[in-house]
Amino acid sequence: MRSDVPVAEAIDLVKIYGSGSTQVRALAGVSARFHARQFTAIMGPSGSGKSTLMHCLAGLDVATSGRVLLGEADLTTLADDALTRLRRDRVGFVFQAFNLVPTLSAAENITLPLDIAGRPVDQEWMHTVVAAVRLGDRLDHRPSQLSGGQQQRVACARALVSRPDIVFADEPTGNLDSRSGAEVLGFLRRTVDEFGQTVVMVTHDAGAASYADRVLFLADGVIVDSLDDPTADGILERMKRLDPTHGVRLGEDH
Amino acid sequence: MWRATWRTALAHKGRLALSALAVVLGVAFVAGTYVFTDTLQRTFSDLFEGVEPDVIVTAAAEFDTQQTTGAVASLPAAALDVLADVDGVAKAAGVVQVTGVTLLDEDGQIVGAPGAPAFGVNWDDDADLSPLRLVEGRGPAAPDEVAIDTQAYESGGFALGDTIRILTPGPTEQAELVGVFRYGTSGNLAGATLTAFQPRRAQELLLGGDRWTEVRAVGDGTLSQDQLAERTSASFADADDRAGEVLVRTGEQAADEATDSLTEGLGFITTFLLVFAGVALFVGAFIIVNTFSVLIARRTRELGLLRTVGATRRQVFWSVMVEAFLVGLVGGVVGLALGIGLAIALRELFGVIGFDIPAGSLVVAPRTVLAAIGVGVGLTVVAAVVPAWRAGRVPPMAALRDDVVLPTRSLRVRTVAGTALALLGAGLLAVGLVGDVRNGIALVGAGILLVFLAVALLAAVIGGAVIAVLGRPVTRTTVGRLAVRNAQRDRRRTAATASALMIGLALVSMIGVLGASASRSIEASIAEVIRADYIVSSITFQPFSPAIGDALEDVAGVAVVSRVAVSPARIGSGEDPSAVQVGRGASSVTAVDPSTIADVVNVTVIDGAVQSLTDGAVAVDPDTAEVEGLQVGSTITITWPSGPRDYQVGAILEQTGPLTGVVIDRDELVGLGLGDQDAQLFVQAADRDQAADLRADLEAALAAYPVVELLDQTQFADQVRGQVNQLLSLVYALLGLAVVIAILGIVNTLVLSVLERTREIGLLRAVGMARTQIRRVVRIEAVLIAMFGALLGVGLGVAFGVAVQQSIADEGVDLLAIPWNIIVTVLVTSALVGVLAAIIPARRAARLDVLAAIATE
Repeated sequence: MRSDVPVAEAIDLVKIYGSGSTQVRALAGVSARFHARQFTAIMGPSGSGKSTLMHCLAGLDVATSGRVLLGEADLTTLADDALTRLRRDRVGFVFQAFNLVPTLSAAENITLPLDIAGRPVDQEWMHTVVAAVRLGDRLDHRPSQLSGGQQQRVACARALVSRPDIVFADEPTGNLDSRSGAEVLGFLRRTVDEFGQTVVMVTHDAGAASYADRVLFLADGVIVDSLDDPTADGILERMKRLDPTHGVRLGEDH
Repeated sequence: MWRATWRTALAHKGRLALSALAVVLGVAFVAGTYVFTDTLQRTFSDLFEGVEPDVIVTAAAEFDTQQTTGAVASLPAAALDVLADVDGVAKAAGVVQVTGVTLLDEDGQIVGAPGAPAFGVNWDDDADLSPLRLVEGRGPAAPDEVAIDTQAYESGGFALGDTIRILTPGPTEQAELVGVFRYGTSGNLAGATLTAFQPRRAQELLLGGDRWTEVRAVGDGTLSQDQLAERTSASFADADDRAGEVLVRTGEQAADEATDSLTEGLGFITTFLLVFAGVALFVGAFIIVNTFSVLIARRTRELGLLRTVGATRRQVFWSVMVEAFLVGLVGGVVGLALGIGLAIALRELFGVIGFDIPAGSLVVAPRTVLAAIGVGVGLTVVAAVVPAWRAGRVPPMAALRDDVVLPTRSLRVRTVAGTALALLGAGLLAVGLVGDVRNGIALVGAGILLVFLAVALLAAVIGGAVIAVLGRPVTRTTVGRLAVRNAQRDRRRTAATASALMIGLALVSMIGVLGASASRSIEASIAEVIRADYIVSSITFQPFSPAIGDALEDVAGVAVVSRVAVSPARIGSGEDPSAVQVGRGASSVTAVDPSTIADVVNVTVIDGAVQSLTDGAVAVDPDTAEVEGLQVGSTITITWPSGPRDYQVGAILEQTGPLTGVVIDRDELVGLGLGDQDAQLFVQAADRDQAADLRADLEAALAAYPVVELLDQTQFADQVRGQVNQLLSLVYALLGLAVVIAILGIVNTLVLSVLERTREIGLLRAVGMARTQIRRVVRIEAVLIAMFGALLGVGLGVAFGVAVQQSIADEGVDLLAIPWNIIVTVLVTSALVGVLAAIIPARRAARLDVLAAIATE
């Protein structure tokens, strides 16, 4: 069922911040493939480079070396304008917080990427997405009139409405209570199962990661492990194995 | 606490710099005005320095007439003998000094600044009695020799031995240039020129015989100036029955009087400029309020933290006030420096147009320094009070939570306060305009100020709706929608920013309406009133020789040359004409030729007859008749420079063209010895259809007299309109500063808004908004704010303009004209101003690092 051509691929990705003595290797040679209709979680302790990996994959950040392929496109060769268009047309985002433009209504926030591009809104698809996130009666509200969970669901709808090749979610449940969090995660899961969406999610919560098809474990800028069809307990176990070594390395780094 | 304040001020220095800039520009205007006028004052005072003797005797006159008519009450030659014989006088000399003696250069052009006095004097190089110091050549010793001052020598490009043509109140002279002299110690005449003749020639040419304008003496050192003056008065009283006819002054008194009248004149300029400086500062205040409000909103967390660790409300309040004080101090000092630079620039500018002010003598009085720093600090501190008070209201909770909003007052308070202020302002305006009150103009000013404040308050209430309408064309795009909503987001901030622009533009529109109405009224009245084919008037604003009129009468095809002269005079209860006149009050008498005036001007007789003037009666216009309570047959007292005289009112004439105030027969004026000179000539052709053909002949006749110009009706109207427009241009230029400050305000607001919306902009970039789109959002927001300000400004300005025009309709500005070109220019310019103001903030917004913007803490 899964195609062999990945939706997104990182090849020997290196990202170095700063220079000289303050140099930090956030990514130290990461290679990974993200296949269509797959829900991948990227886990790792803070400072492991998981957010950097996602930013590079999504075209928000530029890697120091290595390549990022999104379909046919090599992100590392694109200029800012092309990257912006690519984000707009082919990538969906859900951030941990501040996902919505406060001056726009929920509906306007959802169609924002399409409106920016000047593309027409597929009303049927819009309807489907809105129904899936159960926001039907809240579309005219401004973000300040919505709860945190509702705001994240609006963000999810926005990420899907332009039918992107891939959706990146950065700690999407980080600011939510467990019930709202579960709703958002359940929705992301359904987009993969029902709409065939490809999702990559960064998280440090084993419970959240257990919704994924696969978990990549990152430590000190390299992928140290991966786990298919994970359960929360399985993830925690792997994490425990990673943690001690990680603690020592962290100490050396800083 | 103070350390925290200091650190915060340093941390925000970039943002504070912009609001300091608003202070700087306003303060620079104030300081520049003072430095410039003080310097002018010093320059002119230097003219009198060291040139005054101990005693000066002149013919007694009610007021000085030299500047306006060139006519001088003179003394007989015997006066010099009387003075020389006074006990205690070491030596005495007679002086001839008359204006209207203009040097012409090789090309026949006038030497010296246009409008500056051109004096003819007698040569005298006695250093004790005369300010003339020979520099080159020798003094004029024959009737056909002259010496001139160094500045005229340089600017006229003369050489010793040249034959120079000189226009005088009488004939045009030809004389050989034999010497060059310096005037006084500085040698600076500020654009005036001096031509010295051989003494006897000066008397004949300029005073028509063996007479003196004044006689002066120095004492032998045994008496004080006052004692000497006393003895002189006594001698004149004894010598002849002439005590009542001479005026004896000490050198010190003469210098003081000259300085006083100078101070008065310059005081008027200072006040005029300070009004505009005040406007600039008023606009600056809006920007300061805004900057501090936004800075405090941004620092809510930090202030909350200060509160949590124990700072009291009062401490937070004062920390903001100290910050304001620092900004004001820096702004004041920098503004002072810039103001001095501005004064230097103005001096150079004046040099370029001929009013040479010597370099290196800028006067920076302590008053200037105090005013600059006082205004800078005072304005900033006062403007910061409300934001500082709000800073004190920040709850400690603000440190702990993200979403604590500053306590905001309801807009209802603004609505009520704004409406009340508007009514009060409109009331003051109405009383000032139509009421019969002393300080009408001050009331009008205060009324306008209050209305500005009121509209600034109400702008927050109506801003959202107005911007929605203005933004309608762009709301269909996401970019436009975002821009419109951003502009509507903080209603107070948008209102304050737009109001700052409103003030300058409202004044521009108001002046525009008044200028257009004045131009139109003048034009209409000229077309209606003037029948003459040609008008001859002076380009130096000084009266000219009757020889010019004679020359025109000799031109074949000329039917009528009707002459108009003007003499200063006090009429009835009118004020002293030598004082600076603002507003009403007749201060001069117009003299016309009763037999020809009706040929060249449409005279409307209300009562009596024009011909009565030939019999020694006067005519008055209805306004004067009403103010003085006159009718045909009643008596009016005219106080001439030589003394009062009673006249019968022979006619009441509608105010038309030169026929304003009190009108008299020109022969009567000449008979009084008040100078046989003209201010204007009206020429009519014998064959009116062929009038255009006459032009070449008339111009040929005038070729020898470059002080006058020949204008047909259209040109005359253009000239009058040109004068109005010149004044308007000056006012627009001065108001330009207020607009520049307002632009800084828009830049400031947008930069701060962009900073506030960092994360939002990052999000927009992340979901695919291009940099150009981000820039466009900021640009549209700027244009919307600017257009909002422009609409408020134009609306208010036109309303003010119409109100003022209506109130002065019976003073000549009877036609209302709305200058659509100016209004359209203002609106279009405002849109451009928005685009301009958005450049820096838009660039900053577009360059925001996406990752930094969306990174969570």
